[in-house]
Amino acid sequence: MTAVKNFLAFLYDFVVGDDWRMSLAVIVGLGFTAVAVRSGLNPWWLLPLFVIAGLGISLRRVVRKNREL
Amino acid sequence: MNAGAWGLLLSSFLASAVETVEAFTIVLAAGITRGWKSTMLGVVAALGALAGLVALLGPGLVAIPIDVLRLVVGALLLIFGLQWLRKAILRASGYKAMHDEVAIFAREAAEARENPPTDPSAFDQYAFSLSFKGVFLEGLEVVFIVLTFGAIHGNIPLAALGAGIAVLLVVIVGLAVRAPLSKVPENTLKFAVGIMLTSFGIFWGAEGAGITWPGNDAALPAIVLVTAGCALVAAAAMKRERGGVAVTA
Repeated sequence: MTAVKNFLAFLYDFVVGDDWRMSLAVIVGLGFTAVAVRSGLNPWWLLPLFVIAGLGISLRRVVRKNREL
Repeated sequence: MNAGAWGLLLSSFLASAVETVEAFTIVLAAGITRGWKSTMLGVVAALGALAGLVALLGPGLVAIPIDVLRLVVGALLLIFGLQWLRKAILRASGYKAMHDEVAIFAREAAEARENPPTDPSAFDQYAFSLSFKGVFLEGLEVVFIVLTFGAIHGNIPLAALGAGIAVLLVVIVGLAVRAPLSKVPENTLKFAVGIMLTSFGIFWGAEGAGITWPGNDAALPAIVLVTAGCALVAAAAMKRERGGVAVTA
């Protein structure tokens, strides 16, 4: 059980890394894009927006934390 | 070769070069301080494990329908690429210490010297583990990039070729200088790889979700440019905010 837990923790760290918010932005962005496509739209700009927002929020948190130090 | 194929070759080459430089530093520290026999056994064992992983996962990935592959692998590549890009921006703006191979070599060598082997001719577990972990963990990132990039592009051999050339080049240069390859602009390369992974992830992930890019494949260079522009602007703004003071390793 410990080995499985360790492996999952490693996998999480390997793929998701330091900030899960960016991963969430990617998944939500892809989800919204897929739903919009099913509704007959072609929102090619939607995923890049979510990516930029996710990365921006993550970087902003680092800047804020640094200010508090 | 089209732009996508060049992007595939270049990305796997750059990612592999960066990771090989890091693995080389660890192997060098283990070999010089603990002896080469067990260190090289660790390297061979790690390369074998990585080759096994490619043989196990490669054929399975190629068999997945292309739309599913684009969506799942595009998402994974994007999440993975954003990690690289985030770290690269933090390093470029001074919020994270730059990757310094000389400092890493000194630290690894000092740790390896703490408990020297009692019998130099016997198997050295420490040297084996150190080199195995170094090569396997750095290699895992290369395997991930080669498999995902290669599978989605339907050309794992081309991605593997890019990675193979980089490994060969780094090892040859490393053996020639017999020192950590501190002159390789690792942080710049990581920045470039982060941009490539993120851009390809956006392109394939969105296609997998069902969209059609304006201009089809011609959209890819535009995505790379926009991603690079955003990353550079973010790094510059954060550097200004920090007052140009960098974190030291």
